[in-house]
Amino acid sequence: MSAREKILNTIAINQPELTALPLIDRNALIRYEDVYAQFKTVLESIGGKVELVQDITELKEQLIADKASGNFVVNTIAALGDVDDQVVSFTASELEKLEKAYIKGTVGVAENGAVWIYESQMVNRLLPFICQHLIVVIDKKDIVPTMHQAYDSIDVAKEGFGAFIAGPSKTADIEQSLVIGAHGARSATIYVIE
Amino acid sequence: MKTTHAALAEKFIADEPRTDWHDETLWFVREKRDKAAHGLPEWEQLREWGSQIKNHTLSNLYNYLKEFEEKAVANGIKVHWAADGDEHNKIIHEIIRKHNIQKIVKSKSMLTEECHLNEYLQEHGIEVVDTDLGERIVQFRKEPPSHIVLPAIHLKKEDVSATFHEHLGTEKGNNDPQYLTEAARQHLRDKFVQSQLAITGVNFAVAETGGFVVCTNEGNADMGAHTAPVHIACMGFEKIIPKAEHLSVFLRLLARSATGQPITTYSSHFHKPRPNQEMHIVLVDNGRSRQLGREDFRNSLKCIRCAACFNTCPVYRRSGGHSYHTAVAGPIGSILNPNLDMKANADLPFASTLCGSCTNVCPVKINIHEQLWKWRQVIAAEGYVATSKKIGMKGMDFLLSKPKVYRFAGKMGRWMIRIVPFVVNNKLNVWYKQREMPEPPKESFRDWYLKNGKTNKK
Repeated sequence: MSAREKILNTIAINQPELTALPLIDRNALIRYEDVYAQFKTVLESIGGKVELVQDITELKEQLIADKASGNFVVNTIAALGDVDDQVVSFTASELEKLEKAYIKGTVGVAENGAVWIYESQMVNRLLPFICQHLIVVIDKKDIVPTMHQAYDSIDVAKEGFGAFIAGPSKTADIEQSLVIGAHGARSATIYVIE
Repeated sequence: MKTTHAALAEKFIADEPRTDWHDETLWFVREKRDKAAHGLPEWEQLREWGSQIKNHTLSNLYNYLKEFEEKAVANGIKVHWAADGDEHNKIIHEIIRKHNIQKIVKSKSMLTEECHLNEYLQEHGIEVVDTDLGERIVQFRKEPPSHIVLPAIHLKKEDVSATFHEHLGTEKGNNDPQYLTEAARQHLRDKFVQSQLAITGVNFAVAETGGFVVCTNEGNADMGAHTAPVHIACMGFEKIIPKAEHLSVFLRLLARSATGQPITTYSSHFHKPRPNQEMHIVLVDNGRSRQLGREDFRNSLKCIRCAACFNTCPVYRRSGGHSYHTAVAGPIGSILNPNLDMKANADLPFASTLCGSCTNVCPVKINIHEQLWKWRQVIAAEGYVATSKKIGMKGMDFLLSKPKVYRFAGKMGRWMIRIVPFVVNNKLNVWYKQREMPEPPKESFRDWYLKNGKTNKK
């Protein structure tokens, strides 16, 4: 008998009688008067930066300046200018010097400051993790109160990969002292488009 | 001589200031958990939902595992089944051999600790680099993690500094956590970029979609998994949940319970390998299907490994993770490990005051302290308790079932502590160790009640 059969057979014998799944009552969930304000407060409390921008074109100049600095900067947002599609096939050693990445997010979560980013928005799965500084752009209307509404508005299996990212990489593994910039981005700035 | 929790804890508490520091540090994490939990009015409801989803999953595990496998295979993931730790290790070894892999990075996976994967591979001449900062620290020191979420919580920054000075050439005596973390970042970036295989754990696997979620704060799981041409994700089969929408409940509970964060920095959802990548999932039993059949203990399979029960436990905080001599320490470890090896872990259910704090903070409502108590009975019935404890229990049984003998013994005890205190205040009495004996009362409650009870009634 294979391990698979052995395991499944034992489970079939040992699993208890079927119980029901709970109904998640949305009326029981926390509500925020201002989801943007909550999103900003929480994200800044965990090391992220949040800025409200009237129009995405305001970021264009910043991107141009970033690219002119000579640093390796990647843009994946069409509304900001040319998209650096070529990074799709870049390896880790080619991306290792990546200073900054501009990435569009799908939905922001007020309760925890997380932003969902699909693989197609990252262009390359490594991008938001390997860059030194992460720039994420989301629309204000796409901020939802909690994770329940966030999962309503995304399809986790639509693409091969996707992630909720909440602020910069961090660790407290040395004596519980918080250090920002463990293995991933050292800073995370979220621009929220009005 | 077998090492027991009590013997190992005695070594740990020999350093009193460090014990106090350990105690306070973990209590601080517990307080952060409270603050995060109290921030959500629906917290108790969330726990209840989490518990019910897990109960339901265990009651339909057969179907969910088959559904998960089918969907994962359709997504292009290779699914393996391992009956025990040895099979798990062999499956991974075989993949390594097939691809002639030399460079391996691993993010945190308590399952691989449980299966002793690193040791197994090392015996076959294969080096694995642990990439979680805490795990890398303890790996350099050739120690196991002492906590499932905070692997190096037993160490001070001076210890880490000395370890990094030795292994990474950092400045001697530079204890700055920022500096030390930066050194690890540079060192591990090289390892990520060169990696040929990334091994990760799994926090949740979704039956409906055939995908899995890995949560980290550091980003180390992602750095490895998106770099290496081969990714192996290892999971105990109880990590399965029915639907993607249920992730909302568990991601809300997990980080708040673990460290008081609203969510981990990265909650990565893997569904398909990237082009030219090979993705594997190893589904491991290792005693879990047996635990599922133990009615009193199956609830332990609901655990989401947040370690809230560790941080709140007065025994864990004052004895340290290594005293539990198992991969998963703390209260939850003490109800999981007797299932793996009852004889070797017979001491663990006794390493508790049964105060119940673990049960109160558990995000999926596992009745941990009740299971500890029930394991004690199973272990006693199987004959695995120490002789001294057995004699003690027999004596107590005799004493407590005979009121007259009990009253006489009480009188004798009070008399002895008062008149001949050295009879109890000596090394042979384990209750005297690190404690003063209490002032004996002049009379028992019963005597007092017989005198005053009736008159005070009206």
